[in-house]
Amino acid sequence: MNGSFAAITLQEFLAGLVNSVVSVDAQTLMVIAFLLAAFVHAGLLLGLFAGLPVFYIWLERKVAGRIQDRLGPTRVGGSFGWLQTIADGIKLIQKEDLIPAEADSLIFRMSPYLATIASFAAFMVLPIADGWVAVSAECGAFLILALMSLEVLGIILAGYSSGSKWALFGAMREAAQMVSYEIPMAICALIPLLIAGSLNFQVIGRMQSGGIWNWFIFHDPFVFLAFFCYFTVATASVKRAPFDLAEAESELVAGFHTEYSGFRWSIFFLAEYSSMFAVSAVAALLFLGGWHDGLMIDGMVDRLRGMGVGFLWIDGFSVGTYLANLFGAAVLITKACVLVFVQIWVRWTLPRLRIDQVMTTCLKYLVPISCFLFLMAVLWPLLLASTMKRTVPFGQALGEKTVQRVVVPSVSVASQVKEVTR
Amino acid sequence: MIEQLLFWVFAVLACGGAIAVVATQNVVRMAFWLVVSLGSVAALFFLLQADFLGAAQLLIYVGGTVVLLVFGVMLTASGPYTQIRTSPAEVIVGAAVGMLLLFVLVSSIGKVDWDEIADRLPATPAAPVNVDAAQWQKAGDQPAGSSASQVALGVQEQQGRTVRQLGLSFLGLRPDRNLVEGGAHGLAPGYLLPFEIISIHLLVVLIGAAYLARAKRRVVSEESPELS
Repeated sequence: MNGSFAAITLQEFLAGLVNSVVSVDAQTLMVIAFLLAAFVHAGLLLGLFAGLPVFYIWLERKVAGRIQDRLGPTRVGGSFGWLQTIADGIKLIQKEDLIPAEADSLIFRMSPYLATIASFAAFMVLPIADGWVAVSAECGAFLILALMSLEVLGIILAGYSSGSKWALFGAMREAAQMVSYEIPMAICALIPLLIAGSLNFQVIGRMQSGGIWNWFIFHDPFVFLAFFCYFTVATASVKRAPFDLAEAESELVAGFHTEYSGFRWSIFFLAEYSSMFAVSAVAALLFLGGWHDGLMIDGMVDRLRGMGVGFLWIDGFSVGTYLANLFGAAVLITKACVLVFVQIWVRWTLPRLRIDQVMTTCLKYLVPISCFLFLMAVLWPLLLASTMKRTVPFGQALGEKTVQRVVVPSVSVASQVKEVTR
Repeated sequence: MIEQLLFWVFAVLACGGAIAVVATQNVVRMAFWLVVSLGSVAALFFLLQADFLGAAQLLIYVGGTVVLLVFGVMLTASGPYTQIRTSPAEVIVGAAVGMLLLFVLVSSIGKVDWDEIADRLPATPAAPVNVDAAQWQKAGDQPAGSSASQVALGVQEQQGRTVRQLGLSFLGLRPDRNLVEGGAHGLAPGYLLPFEIISIHLLVVLIGAAYLARAKRRVVSEESPELS
């Protein structure tokens, strides 16, 4: 799994480190190294998973304030209220963990974890940069769609087990909405996957290297439209306004989490904001060039790859590759944050739809539109091939480009802190 | 060793969840235990390096079927928490059917000669070694198992990379079979026809469901325009 990317994995490095401290037999050594590497990987992902929502919740309040001609948080932690989310988090953890007498207590207590685990699991297959991915699955795009569709289960069970009519209504709306919106989401995600001919995010990301015109969104007019379709559906799938029927605080008190308090309530929000990042990062990977900035800067940064091998006497560690990946990660996270900002902006601009309008939007508009776009994206290369004798209007075909790209990277690419250690 | 440990954890969770589904009486708790059981089966698929199958298990069974089940329960439940009470006769009939199925499965698994199966496995799976078609072609053309190091490399890179083979099989090509058998490069039949038949079936089912579930509009006759 790591053969072409890393000279050594973190597991091998840790095995060497452990071996130099204590002497154990080979099998125990690999188990210890595996566990250590797994903890490091999980810790890094957890940092991303928990750190981004802290920023997004602050951003949400600040943007909402500005849109409504207010200031938003200003006091906690300097004049911009940077630490407002942390303060809120500390307050929430101190609150009492209430379980209503009517509730089904096992499911009531488990469902926040179900939603959060599903949201966290999506981060496992999400590549942050070229080679920085916890599990580099061949069918990563399919797997991430599958994992993100599990979050709804936690929400439905939470609403049902609360023993409250408001929560039940919220959960029913959520179930109806999610079951419908998964269809156009999968079809829209299929369009760039069809162009890439792969479900592997690494391959999809590399195909979009170079200038901004290589991004899949500019591949043909139908992918361009599919991006907006995908983004609308993705906004609905993370139950953000104008599709936040499950919460609908003006009519359903707080929807599915009416009965929750304290820590369990706050991890629902952790899951929601992390999912916003996950769907935005998937949009950035599938349509917006992934970790490539599109301005040819990464072409220069890529030359760092393989430089400074053996830094700090760590065999196979390359500083240049690390820096190049750091740049890629910054680009990808910036793109995802811009998309999250758009989601926040939409939330505080548009009014909430009614449930029948939500279903109409999906079944009568988004499903036919996405099917049409998919069909046309399939026919587009055939049309070009029959009229222009080539499958792309200008430039190289995608297949030719990847052959060049695969040859270029040197083997001594190490420091894959998040490379898989299967 | 880690794989062994994880296998036992997930195997116990899968079996325990399945037993809990049968043992509980509350429908929504059953759905929760079903999630545990089916999710553990998906984890077992991941341990077997069948990534695509595991993802399909998660998407179809955990994400699709269980959500529909809970949704159906919520829409149709009369009381707050629907209970299912089984009569003793049902328990006996159910146990008999379950035991029969278990007997069939155990006896058929017991009859398989696993050593022979292991011998018949190809030494080097004809794996798509790299990501692009040209290099895949190059790797596929190599004679199977030409050297020990190549075998190790092939097996290592084979892990979890079943998507391309699955996709080609559904298009009617079986690269694994053709290349392993060597010599004549005949096309082994894939699963194109069954795949298409299933797709048409699903389409028919979808149209039928939409027809049955459509809103039944009352025909507005000319005589009674007040009915709208």
